[in-house]
Amino acid sequence: MSDGGTTGKSGDSKTVTRPMPPRTELSQGFWDAVARGELAVQRCGACGLLRHYPQLRCPACQSAEVSWQPLAGEGEIHSYTVAHRAFHPAWKEHVPYVIATIELDEGVRMVCDLLGADPDTIAIGQRVRVRFEDLPGQGRMPRFDVVD
Amino acid sequence: MSLRARTAIVGVGQTPFTRGTDCSTLELHLRAALEAIEDAGLTPADIDGVMPNELAGTIAEDFILNLGLRDLAFSSTIRTGGASFVSAIQSASLAIAGGVAKNVLLVAGRRGYSAQRVSLTSEGAIPPHPVMRHIDEFERPFGNTVASQWFAQAARRHMHEFGTTSEDFGRIAVAIRGHANRNPRALMYEKPLSLEQHQASAMIADPLRLFDCSLETDGATAIVLSSAERARDARKPPAFVLGLGEGHGDPPTSITQKRDLTRIEGLEIAARRAYAMAGIGPDAIDAAQIYDGFTWIVLASLEALGFCKRGEGRDFVRDGRIALGGALPVNTSGGLLSEGHCSGANLVSEAVRQLRREVEPERQVRDCECVLVTGEGDFHEGAALVLGRDR
Repeated sequence: MSDGGTTGKSGDSKTVTRPMPPRTELSQGFWDAVARGELAVQRCGACGLLRHYPQLRCPACQSAEVSWQPLAGEGEIHSYTVAHRAFHPAWKEHVPYVIATIELDEGVRMVCDLLGADPDTIAIGQRVRVRFEDLPGQGRMPRFDVVD
Repeated sequence: MSLRARTAIVGVGQTPFTRGTDCSTLELHLRAALEAIEDAGLTPADIDGVMPNELAGTIAEDFILNLGLRDLAFSSTIRTGGASFVSAIQSASLAIAGGVAKNVLLVAGRRGYSAQRVSLTSEGAIPPHPVMRHIDEFERPFGNTVASQWFAQAARRHMHEFGTTSEDFGRIAVAIRGHANRNPRALMYEKPLSLEQHQASAMIADPLRLFDCSLETDGATAIVLSSAERARDARKPPAFVLGLGEGHGDPPTSITQKRDLTRIEGLEIAARRAYAMAGIGPDAIDAAQIYDGFTWIVLASLEALGFCKRGEGRDFVRDGRIALGGALPVNTSGGLLSEGHCSGANLVSEAVRQLRREVEPERQVRDCECVLVTGEGDFHEGAALVLGRDR
């Protein structure tokens, strides 16, 4: 399990960056879209099913035909948890922090930390919208904010 | 050909459960293994099958080398996390029923406190695992790093849909702790727990509090499985395998991607298979040893196993029903929450001891003829096992 977090080089030896996603050929379309400032997931070329996380074949029809379907970037909180300790040192300054499972309007789910969200008012069903941000150690990443 | 009553657990061995050890993981495994072999009335030379546990990282060669297994005919390792040990009993039963092996040794447990801390991800404490690759790419980089956060989101969704509360989780923790308080082997033997203490305990990953989480434990458990015929010659009363099954999560990538976060679907499937093989239903079960990595898993498992309907777990755990003396005593050793987390293997050993009438009298389930044991992987994989005193 790649842990990815690296020590910052800026002289502050205690700065630990967020773990780098171990990108693969299979997921390249997702990360290419993120670099353009877009969310995209796999769409089956045969039956049209959207799927995430990336996989070789469609689970419904086993087709290998695939394209990358841009998403509108809006959805709602399907579930969440508030971490009351830093389970990774990169989140140490953010305790308590919200991790949410987001169901996008197109029907696929993604996970994201919502560092701007209020742990006391976060709730299932709240609407969220994507934005993109350059993060230390990770580069450009999708981020979600509550828009209620 | 059914596997019903073809095999039996004939030997059980266990190291003490501790927080801190001077032993290596392998040394813990060897101690538990030798005790189980002796308990079965066998010698290491009788062992011709071995199933090392993936979570511990031990391999068949370790056992060949250190136990002098000169005639090993079968070895295999199951890779479904916390469901592995119970699932392995299915594979071992197949090997025995198929005539490939006669006496299979299964060992599990790790230095969960001294080396492999599952509550931390920053120290590379847990070996890389191919099944984690989606989490490594799409969840850990977003801060969803440890199991308590994954199960917390399943628990939260369950609360949202069914009105389940933290107090319901607390009732599970308190009932199981009560059992540990009657088990000198349990890490929490001398530490009673009240619902008030549960509610006041530190929040870890909301809604899961400290006492909703199982114990990071050093220790190992081993069993020996033999054919039902050979089991008649065992030193102690055999625990016959009456039914078993496994089921897998869909999709198997992570809990957050499950079609329904609130259902342990793999366990539902596994239980259906195990009941069908045994020819029984939930009402025939005298005690259940349910994989309790977190309290919510127990509640959702009671629903998956058919002891109550979906969403009714919160009612089922009230009024002492799951405590000793109740209608369905659950985790009579203290389970992973309060005895120790030995990769779920201590739930199997407890089931065997209950059937043998080997436990302390104050926690012996009366007229205990049939015990259900479950395993649960991190992504809602499931394994179910029905053990009985009689074939």
